[in-house]
Amino acid sequence: MQTGQKDQSELYQKRIPIFTRSVKGRFRRFKTSVLALAYAIYFLLPWLPWQRLDAPAQAVLFDLPGRRFLIFGLTVYPQDVIWLALLLFIAAILLFFVTGLVGRAFCGYFCFQTLWTDFFIWIEHLAQGERPARMRLHRQPWNSEKLAKVGGTHALWMLASFWTGLTFVAYFTYAPQLLVDFFTGQAAPAAYITAGILTLSTYVAAGLMREQICTYVCPYGRFQSVMYEPETLAVHYDARRGEAAHGRAPARAGQRTLAERHEKGVGDCVDCGLCVQVCPVGIDIREGLQYKCISCGLCIDACNNVMDSFGFPRGLIRYDSEMNLASPVPAAPKAQWKNLKTIGYGLALVLMTAYLAYSVATRGSFERAVNQIRQPLYVVLSNGDIRNRYQIRITNKAAQDQTYAISARGIPADALDLGNFSEIIIKPGHSALVQASVRLPLAVAAQTQRFELVITPQGKPAEAKVEYVRFDAPGKRP
Amino acid sequence: MSEQKPQTVPTTGHVWDGDLQEYNNPLPVWWVYTFYATVIFALVYWTIYPSWPFGKGWIGGVSKISYVNSEGEAKTHSWNTRALLLADMNKAAIAQKPYFDKVEAMSYEEIAKDPEMSGFVISAGKTLFADNCAPCHQAGGQGMIGFFPDLTDDDWLYGGSYEKIHETLMGGRRGYMPAFSEVLVGTEIDQLANFVASLSGIGHDTAKAAAGKVLFHGDAAGCHACHGSDARGRQDMGTPNLTDNIWLWANVPAADTDEGKVAAIRGVIASGLNRGVMPAWSGRLLPEQIKVLTVYVHELGGGQ
Repeated sequence: MQTGQKDQSELYQKRIPIFTRSVKGRFRRFKTSVLALAYAIYFLLPWLPWQRLDAPAQAVLFDLPGRRFLIFGLTVYPQDVIWLALLLFIAAILLFFVTGLVGRAFCGYFCFQTLWTDFFIWIEHLAQGERPARMRLHRQPWNSEKLAKVGGTHALWMLASFWTGLTFVAYFTYAPQLLVDFFTGQAAPAAYITAGILTLSTYVAAGLMREQICTYVCPYGRFQSVMYEPETLAVHYDARRGEAAHGRAPARAGQRTLAERHEKGVGDCVDCGLCVQVCPVGIDIREGLQYKCISCGLCIDACNNVMDSFGFPRGLIRYDSEMNLASPVPAAPKAQWKNLKTIGYGLALVLMTAYLAYSVATRGSFERAVNQIRQPLYVVLSNGDIRNRYQIRITNKAAQDQTYAISARGIPADALDLGNFSEIIIKPGHSALVQASVRLPLAVAAQTQRFELVITPQGKPAEAKVEYVRFDAPGKRP
Repeated sequence: MSEQKPQTVPTTGHVWDGDLQEYNNPLPVWWVYTFYATVIFALVYWTIYPSWPFGKGWIGGVSKISYVNSEGEAKTHSWNTRALLLADMNKAAIAQKPYFDKVEAMSYEEIAKDPEMSGFVISAGKTLFADNCAPCHQAGGQGMIGFFPDLTDDDWLYGGSYEKIHETLMGGRRGYMPAFSEVLVGTEIDQLANFVASLSGIGHDTAKAAAGKVLFHGDAAGCHACHGSDARGRQDMGTPNLTDNIWLWANVPAADTDEGKVAAIRGVIASGLNRGVMPAWSGRLLPEQIKVLTVYVHELGGGQ
């Protein structure tokens, strides 16, 4: 198509508005269920109460000033950052694993851009009606009806965006208090700024930009394409069946039944265009697999409905692999997991998930860090003994006061001096510093490279943790 | 790209000398609007923040910074980074105040036994030490042989109790030893040096050491008057114990040979020293800061 001079000189192509037709079917039901579940979790979780001794009664609370995340019965401290790393690793591997098997399932069903866009389209549908009505409204000049409907849509979008932003903030502070504070101007500036930015970004991303986010902004969509294999299941149009020898054709008289169509050499596709009308990214799946496709399956629903109404077999558009479609006798589509890549990802996924679960389940009730004081590394005492000093920081991660005992192994019993703190009581969530000094005669010091510091919570000898520390003396080289 | 666009740039309409014309190529629209936006930004900025010089001062702007200073007076300034710093400092001081109040109210022993206060002293003391003491005593309190005493060992020139450390901090100290080259000859100084070396088990000449012992206890040199007849020093005078392994002035640990060690001792005896000066901190630091430092320094060397 010849584009005008004006279009050529513009940096960006003007967006062609997409008015999606609603559709019923298996994939639509699945998408709606995921949406309902995800929204229920996201919007209700901050309001779930959970009794705690030392923190607000909120089941999930990311307590930034307190430097801890409270997740039901679990308290996560900054020292547990490895869990975050594991979680991110698991998420990445899960994405690779799923994409290799069934394509961009994350994009189509689980991505928040898809979920929020879906919800915003539902609002649009609610306020302005089905696709033809929306198109008519779009074309007609501005009048009170258009103003009310379009304005109403945007107002509802704004409201949904705002509630999304406010909910996000509610994860970081006691939600019922936030709600009061927010509307009485008492909340922290960070709450207003965060809610404001998220309101705006949600409104822009899910209301205005929509598929452009997936096409132009999101890197994941693009790099998921490289994970596709010929065996990967993806939303495909069965061109051999749909086009046959003489291409697709409407179901006019004389080519209504399959028998008539096959006799004429016409494909099974009746060219109704519904698969294009329901597509949220505005593509025609019949042109083949393309980078814009988020693999949401709505065209499958639309096509199946049409096939049903004509009495044709379903699955003209279906989940299938490129390899299977190209084979002379296509078999029933099936996820091909028996290859090194998929099994490898699966194994990594299982191992890492197991490790994370193990790490969370066996987390200690306290955290310790021992630092040798390095200025000076050692001190020569008046009788020639060598002294090293250590700073021991203990963080109590349990929910109640706890007494900790510190002892040493590998050095004489009287060598360790803990001042007043051979036993120390620490409040929940608090840390304490203990200065320890170790004094060894020169001859013993020369033999001692390392020793062990043992920190034992009182009454829980099984949870004792051992820290190996250096002992420095003159003449020793590190 | 290589295609030439039709030349349709309009002119300004002025014609000079019959044929001279001027093309009208206005600035790009985005540039013009950005420029207008910066103008508006400047106007808003002037209203909020300090901007124009005016008379002897300046136009302060509507944005204000309020804080309560250390004297408890409420202060309000127009926004500036200095006031911002003052407000931050005072906020930090107010947050620290309960801890310093506790330090004032508690005894040294109570502070050392309380986990929370002990933790506060370790961190606040470290900062105070780094700001005021570290230039001489070094960051870890390890001092420097020949200049500043080591605070991390178990030897205390003036006593290592809380009270003594506090006294040292408040009033400062002045260490002095006369130069014995003025009253003794070289061989005598060598004998004394060998005797002092013998006290700490350093290799020495026994004959010289025996002669040195006589000199040490005799009245000509009079070493025993300050260092004590047992050579263990006197804390009331701040004289060091000569029988231990701690060396402040003579850099014995750095010498590899016994001769070198004796020579280092000889140098100190011959030239004496008059640089063991610690300033008084009573007027420079607040009483509670000195108290924090007392506990911190006591903790460094384990006290006495």
